[in-house]
Amino acid sequence: MQVQALEGAFANAPIENAVAFRAAMNALARPGQIEKISGAKPPAPLSVAAGSLILMLCDAETPVSLSGPFETAVIRDWIIFHTGAPIVTPDKAVFAIGTWQSLAPLSQFAIGTAQYPDRSATLIVECDELKPQGATLTGPGIKDAAQLSLPETQSFQDNAKLFPLGLDFFFTTGTQVAALPRTTKVDH
Amino acid sequence: MYVAVKGGERAIDNAHAWLAEERRGDTSIAELSIEQIREQLSLAVNRVMAEGSLYDPDLAALAIKQSRGDLIEAIFLIRAYRTTLPRFGSSEPVKTEDMACDRRISATFKDAPGGQVLGPTFDYTHRLLDFKLAAESDPQADAETAKPRREPIPHIMEFLNTEGLIQTEIACEDTPPDLTREPMELPSNRALRLQSLARGDEGFVLGMAYSTQRGYARNHAFVGELRIGAVPVEMEIPELGFAIEIGEMTLTECETVNQFQGSKTEPPQFTRGYGLVFGQSERKAISVALVDRALRWKELGESDSGAAAQDEEFVLSHCDNIQATGFLEHIKLPHYVDFQSELELVRKLRREAAETYPMQEAAE
Amino acid sequence: MTDYNFAYLDEQTKRMIRRAILKGLAIPGYQVPFASREMPMPYGWGTGGVQVSAATLTPDDTLKVIDQGADDTTNAVSIRKFFEVTAGVATTENTTEASVIQTRHRIPEAELRDDQILVYQVPIPEPLRFLEPRETETRKMHALEEYGLMHVKLYEDISQHGAIATSYAYPVKVEGRYVMDPSPIPKFDNPKLEMSAIQLFGAGREQRIYALPPYTKVESLDFEDYPFEATKADHACDMCGAENSYLDEVIMDDQGSRMFVCSDTDFCAGRQQAGHLGALAAVNAEDAA
Repeated sequence: MQVQALEGAFANAPIENAVAFRAAMNALARPGQIEKISGAKPPAPLSVAAGSLILMLCDAETPVSLSGPFETAVIRDWIIFHTGAPIVTPDKAVFAIGTWQSLAPLSQFAIGTAQYPDRSATLIVECDELKPQGATLTGPGIKDAAQLSLPETQSFQDNAKLFPLGLDFFFTTGTQVAALPRTTKVDH
Repeated sequence: MYVAVKGGERAIDNAHAWLAEERRGDTSIAELSIEQIREQLSLAVNRVMAEGSLYDPDLAALAIKQSRGDLIEAIFLIRAYRTTLPRFGSSEPVKTEDMACDRRISATFKDAPGGQVLGPTFDYTHRLLDFKLAAESDPQADAETAKPRREPIPHIMEFLNTEGLIQTEIACEDTPPDLTREPMELPSNRALRLQSLARGDEGFVLGMAYSTQRGYARNHAFVGELRIGAVPVEMEIPELGFAIEIGEMTLTECETVNQFQGSKTEPPQFTRGYGLVFGQSERKAISVALVDRALRWKELGESDSGAAAQDEEFVLSHCDNIQATGFLEHIKLPHYVDFQSELELVRKLRREAAETYPMQEAAE
Repeated sequence: MTDYNFAYLDEQTKRMIRRAILKGLAIPGYQVPFASREMPMPYGWGTGGVQVSAATLTPDDTLKVIDQGADDTTNAVSIRKFFEVTAGVATTENTTEASVIQTRHRIPEAELRDDQILVYQVPIPEPLRFLEPRETETRKMHALEEYGLMHVKLYEDISQHGAIATSYAYPVKVEGRYVMDPSPIPKFDNPKLEMSAIQLFGAGREQRIYALPPYTKVESLDFEDYPFEATKADHACDMCGAENSYLDEVIMDDQGSRMFVCSDTDFCAGRQQAGHLGALAAVNAEDAA
């Protein structure tokens, strides 16, 4: 295991977890709103935001899948060492980390069951940038409408049709996070 | 005049101070020590350990002292403390066949290898108050006992099993679910049921078991074997690669032989119920075994007679006395906001009724 | 501080609760099962709300705790003290100063902002429970969106009483999908469930967490010819004169004379300070003098 994998945890876990959670909760409760999240120093190319989400949310009970540029030994070791989360294939993942391209096809992830729609995957999508412009979002958490630079629209429209089943998304870049739950309606 | 109720904090502090004073009682009487409770109220200690799901006689004794002898309150103290403890790992399953038995009886055979060992039981005491105990007494004379047997005593049920007379329990290597770490999901499974019953309220489980004896899902239980004694607890240490003994604990195990079953393809065979509880808690262990058996109706192809003891959701949702007492007692909390809304509604309905049926009201 | 972790719960437990909260926000009105812990306070006394608050609080928060709308009810005092000790957070009785508000049975009168979080203590999270006691059945009913039983119950009320005979814990439908129990708030508070703040609901004994993101559509169940009505005592507050606040009825003497006062103590005190006086405020002042 490389030394890199042992470093980069939260310096003060109880406090940083709490602060990171509030950022994540605000993002998910208000789709399109871009929040700051930081504290983790994960190995590249994992962003600070994605690393902080992983430290705050993952443990031995949450299998994680890695894809694309994030499927590296160092990132895998970093996640296992700091969270204890098992690294698994996409179909078993509670959290999945990748680029929009590497996460496809979305149909490989769990969308929950009619009795337990919460047993669905949350995808952490690493982006080049996040901006409050682009697709128009409406739905719970949004007063009138919000804008967010999404990688595309069709997949999110299809996902929303599955409601109450479906996937939930966090988008990360640098120290920024935004989110899109299954309830959000996305238009061009 | 109306004054909003203020000073809740001071009232609470004062209540706590008074409670501490009441707990101590008359200070001219010697204070109880933890050791005294542990040694002389050991069955209360056992119950607190069993329903608190924490094997620690000293902590259980402390909880009994702190709770003024209210055992459900003591169990609550232990549960709340237990939640904060880190988990170092899981033990290997204990082997009750290796138990150093203080007591071991069977109701189904007059004698069996290992013998009938009566042990320290109330069973044949005449329930006459012993006024000698009221007097300060000299140390009790030692009872005449043999040393607990260290050699393994075979389970009586195995004698029936070798003849094929009783159903074989399928060994399962799965890690049992942990009721205190995962939300209960229904329908559940036997491992979870037994876990829930083992920490369930003794009175509730006893009542359920009794109801099966009186005909509500009767299953004709015989105590095949009841054994009480110490078993070694082993834990595998990953760094060593093998299991080592980390201590021992006293357990009560009850296996019941229940009504036989058979079909065109299977010859008649007795069925089983099982109970395993911390400490010497035989009433509880027998009760668990009876309720366990009643809850197995589906697995054993029996019909649902609609009895409460056959209803897994009913039994598991209500056997926990900490959940039950919390919710029961919460109705002491203020509810005046919801009560006010009911008041308004009832007044409105009465007003409307009076307008609709004015004659009737006049006649009353 | 204390020997316990920040906000009492260990990090693993808070992580589990946080995940449940996020799924709850993603599926508004759906009850997410969570491995509720045994807290150092009794079940039924706010263990669900306390666990949700513990997983939500940061050291920068200002916490307000109310029970029946009041900050000074004993259980509210006890919970507030718990977090003062275990989380070291600032506390307040002032609704507008609070960033996190834990409540039992009320929504504050002051409109909440988008930087505030309202945490409800929930005794029985399942709105269908009193119609169908089995979890295995109600779970199926939610899955199939089979809420006929609830409408039958409300309709039976109307045929028997001429009105829907539910005055608190009045069921709502969230985003046209899940029927949800808003906790035992008076139905007067139901219209406030559509708000700018995040609303989180914790049921400890029943091991469920659910949530409403801001601006989520929340409709109180009703019928076209018997529309939902948010009702309150037909009086003004005798202390502050407010005509639009939820009132407690206080019995004054052996003859049963009574007065009405705001259940939201902070709201009432604020109005009195601003010079609003109710019918009996002057009498009270004289008595006190």
